[in-house]
Amino acid sequence: MDARYQRRKFVNGLSTALSGLAVTIGVAGLVWILATLFIKGLPAMNWAFFTESTPAPGSEGGGMANAIVGSLLIVGLTTVVSTPIGILAGIYLAEFGDRSKVASVTRFVTDIMLSAPSIVIGLFVYALFVTTTKHFSGWTGSVALSLIAVPVVVRTTENMLKLVPGSLREAAFALGMPRWRVSLDVCLRAVQGGVITGVLLAVARIAGETAPLLFTALNNQFFTWNMNEPMANLPVTIFNFAMSPYENWQNLAWGASALIAILVLLLNVLARVVFQSRSKS
Amino acid sequence: MSEFLSDQGINAALKVRNLDFYYGDFKGLKSVSMDIAEKKVTAFIGPSGCGKSTLLRTFNRMYDLYPGQRAEGEIIFHGSNTLDKGYDLNLLRARVGMVFQKPTPFPMSIYENIAFGVRLYENLSRADMDNRVQWALEQAALWTEVKDKLHQSGLSLSGGQQQRLCIARGVAVKPDVLLLDEPTSALDPISTAKIEELVFELKSTYTIAIVTHNMQQAARVSDYTAYMYLGELMEFGVTDELFMKPKRKETEDYITGRFG
Repeated sequence: MDARYQRRKFVNGLSTALSGLAVTIGVAGLVWILATLFIKGLPAMNWAFFTESTPAPGSEGGGMANAIVGSLLIVGLTTVVSTPIGILAGIYLAEFGDRSKVASVTRFVTDIMLSAPSIVIGLFVYALFVTTTKHFSGWTGSVALSLIAVPVVVRTTENMLKLVPGSLREAAFALGMPRWRVSLDVCLRAVQGGVITGVLLAVARIAGETAPLLFTALNNQFFTWNMNEPMANLPVTIFNFAMSPYENWQNLAWGASALIAILVLLLNVLARVVFQSRSKS
Repeated sequence: MSEFLSDQGINAALKVRNLDFYYGDFKGLKSVSMDIAEKKVTAFIGPSGCGKSTLLRTFNRMYDLYPGQRAEGEIIFHGSNTLDKGYDLNLLRARVGMVFQKPTPFPMSIYENIAFGVRLYENLSRADMDNRVQWALEQAALWTEVKDKLHQSGLSLSGGQQQRLCIARGVAVKPDVLLLDEPTSALDPISTAKIEELVFELKSTYTIAIVTHNMQQAARVSDYTAYMYLGELMEFGVTDELFMKPKRKETEDYITGRFG
């Protein structure tokens, strides 16, 4: 008895220590990355960083204004387009299609899209839209990013709706509520926190995607609001500048990296806050 | 068997005739025939799995949500068979309301929980809607407890209050029949007593069918009691008679606790 107890205490201590070690390694990596980003990136974030466009090769000064605006436009358009599509498709899968053929095919394709390499999606949009319109453009970037964001939103919406207890759904039907109102006004409302979280996480995911934009939005040295032109954006600019031999460009790339990291971090925190406040109410 | 209540001059809200029910290949109800008396309380008792909830769920065709479940026979409501293919389910459910075992408030305010169902069928002015909400909450004996927090979430109430909110929600659309599926099994004794009082009050206006596991509850609140076993209606009659001198041995065994 006593030996068994001692052994159990030892195993308990050992597994606690191993878990602690694993956490330390994981967190240390994260802290290392963030610290490096902030140490090298924050000094680059001055006034010009936000107001001036990318400088010519080898010249001093300049900023990321064109890339920041480009990223905001591309990611913004993507969010506006893919949120309703994703949520509606998720509702269809969870509430209407259920076990139908269309639903199982949609679910299967969504799963493939979730794990599809983003560079393949970039090439696909390049072949489909860029070669036919004969120029790179901001909106093709949004198309590529939407193909990544929609499956994420579809899946979270469906999974959240599946969590709605059958009793709540039955109670709504028992009032003589038509099916679409049960789905939209009762079920979706019951899980809105989770769905919004899904959307925010999808935005966080696409904010840093580079490969799909390389083939679609490409880059632009100049400031533009026109989404029909090639458009500067943070990930591709970071890619170009970080690989360049110019120190000024490298510093700007660090700044942009830190900026993206901060934005994604804020989105994640926001997602948590939203989820907690909405799921309580 | 000319023992139907409707043959004895009692008005029947629902007439069930030769009702069979199937869960896929499994037969959940076997040729059930009975009347649910108008503006009376009819209780369904019997051991778990005997088909009492199944029977209740055929009255508003709740089973229709699930593929593989089907009913055969007749349930006559206002002169037509609700099991007919073309029967308007939303209208049926608006007139045959249901309250479930677990409280199921919608994720919205107390006021909206009630107004929502009403709005599906009636276009009321703001003032009329306020009156209707108050009336429904008063019917459910909840008004004094929530009148100062109508715009708080329905989920913020206690379990017993949530269940009364669900009853208020069911009452607000002014149905003919209220189905209560073990409405107190998740509640404490005080909330249970409140709901039983409520059932007693409501029967002057509504026809009530209640499924319960609690024999005393059936004896306390109901006018008629049906004892079911293995999908069959074993015995049906006036509650006092059924509890005092049951006609069948099986019924007696069950209500005296020797079985079930």
